[in-house]
Amino acid sequence: MIHALWAMISDDLPALQIAMPLLAATLCIIVRRRWAAWAVAMFVAWGAVANAAVILHRVLTTGTISYAEGGWPVPWGIELRIDLLNALVLLVVTGVCAIVLLAAPRSLAAEVPEEKHYLFYTVYLLCMTGLAGMTVTGDAFNIFVFLEISSLSAYALISQGSTRRALTSAFQYLVMGTIGGTFILLGIGMLYMTTGTLNIVDLGNRLAEVGPNRTVLVALAFITVGAGIKLALFPLHIWLPNAYTYAPAVVTAFIAATATKVAYYVLVRFVYSIFRVDLAFEVHRLDAVLLPIAIAAMFAGSLVAIYQDDIKRMLAYSSVAQIGYMVLGLSLANEHGLTGGLVHVFNHALMKCGLFLVLAAVLLRTGSTRIEAFAGLGRRMPLTFAAFVVGGLSLIGVPLTVGFVSKWYLVLGALDAGLWPVALLILLSSLLAVVYVWRVVEVGYFTPPPAGAEAVTEAPFSVLLPMWLLIGGTVVFGVFTSLSVGVASAAARMLIGGAS
Amino acid sequence: MIEWGLYNYWVVIFLMMTGLYVVISRGNLIKKIIGLNIFQVSVIMFYISMGKVKGGTAPILEEGVRVYSNPLPHVLMLTAIVVGVATSAVALALVVRIKEAYGTIEEDEIRVIEGEEEST
Repeated sequence: MIHALWAMISDDLPALQIAMPLLAATLCIIVRRRWAAWAVAMFVAWGAVANAAVILHRVLTTGTISYAEGGWPVPWGIELRIDLLNALVLLVVTGVCAIVLLAAPRSLAAEVPEEKHYLFYTVYLLCMTGLAGMTVTGDAFNIFVFLEISSLSAYALISQGSTRRALTSAFQYLVMGTIGGTFILLGIGMLYMTTGTLNIVDLGNRLAEVGPNRTVLVALAFITVGAGIKLALFPLHIWLPNAYTYAPAVVTAFIAATATKVAYYVLVRFVYSIFRVDLAFEVHRLDAVLLPIAIAAMFAGSLVAIYQDDIKRMLAYSSVAQIGYMVLGLSLANEHGLTGGLVHVFNHALMKCGLFLVLAAVLLRTGSTRIEAFAGLGRRMPLTFAAFVVGGLSLIGVPLTVGFVSKWYLVLGALDAGLWPVALLILLSSLLAVVYVWRVVEVGYFTPPPAGAEAVTEAPFSVLLPMWLLIGGTVVFGVFTSLSVGVASAAARMLIGGAS
Repeated sequence: MIEWGLYNYWVVIFLMMTGLYVVISRGNLIKKIIGLNIFQVSVIMFYISMGKVKGGTAPILEEGVRVYSNPLPHVLMLTAIVVGVATSAVALALVVRIKEAYGTIEEDEIRVIEGEEEST
C-alpha cells in the first residue's frame, strides 16, 4: 500500500511542494476548528520538510531535478527545476514553516482572537505555498506570481498584530511590496522582449548569445531594485522594522526567516543563472552598486539597532544588517563570497527565527518585548534567556556558532577578491552586534526585576521546543558544517563555474 | 531624438510615472491605492503592446491568415490583472480596518496619532 502510494507520488515531489499547502489551505477553511486547522497545517508543513529532505538527497545523488508541469515539454511549458541552490533554500523555508507552527497555538492565543485562528492557518499555508513555489519554479514569470501570493498573504498575516499599528505597517509593506513586485515583473518583461522565453535556463543561454544591450541593462536594474525592496536591502528597508515589530510574534519569526531569504534567492537566481557572472559583474558592474550598499546596510542596520528600546525592533534592524552580509556575499562574485552569502541564508534563518521565538516567549510571559521587560529574565526564564544568549552570540559571529561560519566565508571571499578593507569592515560591524546583544544580556542577568512585578515563570514547552530546536541548530551547524556549507559551496561553484 | 514609432512606450512611461507620483505624493490611502493601480496598469500595457505584431490578427487558426500577434504576453497579463485585483482587495480591506482603528485615512493624521501614542 505504502509502496504503491510512493511509486505514485515519488516523481511528483516538486509539484507536491506547491500543491499540498495550497489544497490544505482550503481544507483549513472547511474544518473551521482551530485545533483541526492546526493539525492540517502541521501535517502538511512537516510533510513538506520530509519532501524537501528527499528532494535535497535526490539532488545530491542524481543531480538537478527537472519537472515538466502538466506534462508540457520544457522550454514551452512551465518547468519546476531544483538544483543544489533551491534545494537548500527549500529545506530552510519548509523547515522554518514547520518549526514555527509548533509554537503557533500558544503564542497566537495571546494575540489573535481564537475564532480567527483557522483563518490564520489558512493564510499561513498560502504564504508557504508562495514561498515554496518561488523556490522550486524554473520559470521567471512564475516567480512573480508566487512572489505575489506569498506577499499578499504576508500582508494579511502582519495585519493580525494586536495593536492598530499592525494595520498601518501592513499597508506600508503592501505599497512598497507591490512596487517591488511590479518592478520585477517589468524586468521580466524586458527579458522576454529580448529573448522570447521565460524559462530560466533558456533565458540564461539566450541572453549569453544576445550579449549586452540597453534593454538587458534596464531589466537588470529593475529586477535588482525590485528584489532589493522585497529583501529589505538598505535603503529600501523602510517597511521592514514596522512590519516585524507590530506583527504577531510567530508571524515575525516566520517572515523574518523565510520571506527575505526567498527574495535573496530570487536575486541570486536572476543575477547568477540568468544574467550570469559575465554580464552582471563584468559588463554591467553590478558589484560596484551592491557592494557599497551592502556595507552601508551592515553598519546602518547595526547602528540603529543599538538605539532601539523595543527588542523586537532591535532584532528587525539587526536583520537589515544581516541582509547586508548576504548581499555582500552575492556582490563579491567569487566562490567563497557566494558560499558565505548562501550559507548565511541557512544560518540567519536559524538564529533569527530562534531569537524571534524567544521574543514570542517573553511576550507571552511578560506581555511586552521592550527592554524593561527583560529585567531579571536570566533568573526567571533561564531556558528562554539562555536561548537568547546563544542566538545573540551567533548574531555576533562567535566561533562554534553558525554566525562565525558565514562570516568566515565572507571574509575569505573578500580576501579572494583582494578587498581587504571589506574584510576589516565585516569584523568591525560584528563588534556593533556585540553592543546591541550585550545591552539585552546585561539587563537580563544584572538588572533585578522591578519591585512588585508579577511572578514570571518559564515559557511553555510548546514554545521552548521550537526555540531550542533552532537555537540548538545554530550550535550544531556551527560545529558540523558539512550539510550547510557543503551544499552552499557546491551551489556557489555551480552558479559561478557552470554558468560560463 | 524622440522616435514616435515607439509611442506605446511613452504611454507606458507616462502612466508609470503618474502612478508612482500619486503613490508618493498623496496622503490619502485610497488615492495611494489608485496610484498603485495606475502603476500596475502601465506594466500591463507594456506587456500587451510588446505582443503586438504589425498587421497581425488574433491568434486563431484560420485559412489564409499567416500573421498573428503573440498571445503569450496577453495571457500572462490575465494573471497580472488577477494579482492587481487581489492587491487592491487586500489594500482596501486594510484601509477599512485602518479607518475603524484610527478614524481617518489621511496619512499625516495617522502619523500624528501614532506620534502621540509613542510619546505617552
